[in-house]
Amino acid sequence: MPVHRAALSVPALVASLLGLSVLLLAAGVSAGSEGWSLNWRADADLISAIRAPRSLGAWVAGALLGLAGALAQGLFRNPLADPFLLGSAAGAGLGVVLVLVAGGAAGVTLGLAQAGWLLQAGLVSAAFVGALAGVLLTLLLAGGAARPMRLLLCGVVVGVLMGSLSDLLLILSPEALRGKQVFLLGTTGFLGWQHVAWMAGSLVWLLPLARRLARVLDALVLGEASASSLGLNLPRLRLGLVALMALATACAVSQAGLVAFVGLVAPHIVRRWVVVTHAGLLALSALSGGVLLLAADVLARSVIAPQELPVGVVTALLGGGYLLWLLRQQTRPA
Amino acid sequence: MSADLLTASGLSLSLGGRRVVDGVSLSLHAGQWVALVGPNGAGKSSLLSILAGLRPPDEGLITLAGRAMTQWPARDRARQLAWLSQQGEAEGDIAVADVVRLGRLPHLGLIGQAGPDDEQIVQAAMAETECLALAGRRLSALSGGERQRVLLARALAVQAPVLLLDEPTTHLDAPHQHDLVRSLVRQARAGRAVAAVLHDLNLALAADRLLVMAQGRLQADGAPSDPAVRATLEAVFAHAFRIERFGQRWVAVPDLDTP
Repeated sequence: MPVHRAALSVPALVASLLGLSVLLLAAGVSAGSEGWSLNWRADADLISAIRAPRSLGAWVAGALLGLAGALAQGLFRNPLADPFLLGSAAGAGLGVVLVLVAGGAAGVTLGLAQAGWLLQAGLVSAAFVGALAGVLLTLLLAGGAARPMRLLLCGVVVGVLMGSLSDLLLILSPEALRGKQVFLLGTTGFLGWQHVAWMAGSLVWLLPLARRLARVLDALVLGEASASSLGLNLPRLRLGLVALMALATACAVSQAGLVAFVGLVAPHIVRRWVVVTHAGLLALSALSGGVLLLAADVLARSVIAPQELPVGVVTALLGGGYLLWLLRQQTRPA
Repeated sequence: MSADLLTASGLSLSLGGRRVVDGVSLSLHAGQWVALVGPNGAGKSSLLSILAGLRPPDEGLITLAGRAMTQWPARDRARQLAWLSQQGEAEGDIAVADVVRLGRLPHLGLIGQAGPDDEQIVQAAMAETECLALAGRRLSALSGGERQRVLLARALAVQAPVLLLDEPTTHLDAPHQHDLVRSLVRQARAGRAVAAVLHDLNLALAADRLLVMAQGRLQADGAPSDPAVRATLEAVFAHAFRIERFGQRWVAVPDLDTP
């Protein structure tokens, strides 16, 4: 890190992130397919039915991914870790492909945009169950969470296996490809109030639970053995942390698709500005993740309106750009 | 000597088909500081991690404060025994003061709030290793020597009766190495049992007692004033130095003359 001490106080960062969230939410309800509109009264129906839940949903999905990313980086003691490491992405992808293929076999018209309510609900649950199944399979192969390196390797294996299964199914049933593409790139376009409620409901219990285990992540900074010497039962505690990470990831991914980079970058943003323990990092990463995905959503809607960019492409551009900027700062003498 | 805080009998451990610890028996007493010395690969670090309860031995028994090591619940054990790992493992972006506060984890658990006593202990540990001025810095932004002092403060902050340190002088400059040894002496005089793996033999020769290891075996166990202990020490290092008297102290003089 380029800055040896905190560049901002924690309250200042919280205030900035909350302020940004409010500004972006205002932008989010004003950005329509026909450009910006500040006449909220005239658009009231549009706002309450589409723009408000979509903007709030993007924020909450980003917050879940930011939380999952901070958990992943603490668990694996690696600033490049992201929430999709342990097979959740490939698992969710396989779940989505299975439903799309089954839907195709049943003669349902394909493509997310035309998907009926039933298919969409099926996709959401399949992605959720698939993400959790991917992580569960990784844990089974690794024989629990006692050895982190083995866990990571098994995550790679599960990712490859489930990914190739998806590809195989897509060869058999190529019409499912477009639906899978939409899911892979991430999308905030279908978020309604029930999705917001489901994700927010998950965030309000996942975040406090994760914060209760935050000292485990602090102790892991010292290394595995030193953390054990402090009396922590690491295999069991790590399992709990993996479960929380998998749940947060599955909740977000099932609603918004495989949005890239938010989980990876959100903790970096926090660490750039403040020096905090993991209790603070987890909460602040959720805040930054929310800001990041909401900003990406607003951009995705407005840059080439009335066309929309896939939100995952925008997060990858924003996140990648931010990481590059961070690297440039690091290579400069402090 | 006073009470045995930690005793070990017949400890053995094989790693990859090699006996890295081979039938070691010893005890650590309250009020005494012990230096564990020996050539590279002698099994010092392995022995220390077994003594710390972090690695079960293949054979042998360890008793900590009168109770078998395996009978101790992890958190209770962590209050009795603090262990400092070899450097290199710690990596992260939390503040120095928060690293040292981790020493209170065995006392507070995952959710207990630190009280004024805990904070006072943390401040005292940081003062002891001269890292109060680093309190707000990121761990990742410290030099090797600064980091070592912070990690040592973390171990001291546990306030455990038994203190096991694996190469605590790594990366420290000479004045800070001397401060460290003075600090170990103070810890011992306060009634703790202190054992440290040391590579600097002149520092080790200042210890109350030397444990000399080679090839997994404990070759000698006694005070530096014991001629047999000194002779073994010279022998396990293939007579690369001579131990000579210098005032009240024993010093190791490297033999650089033999071609």
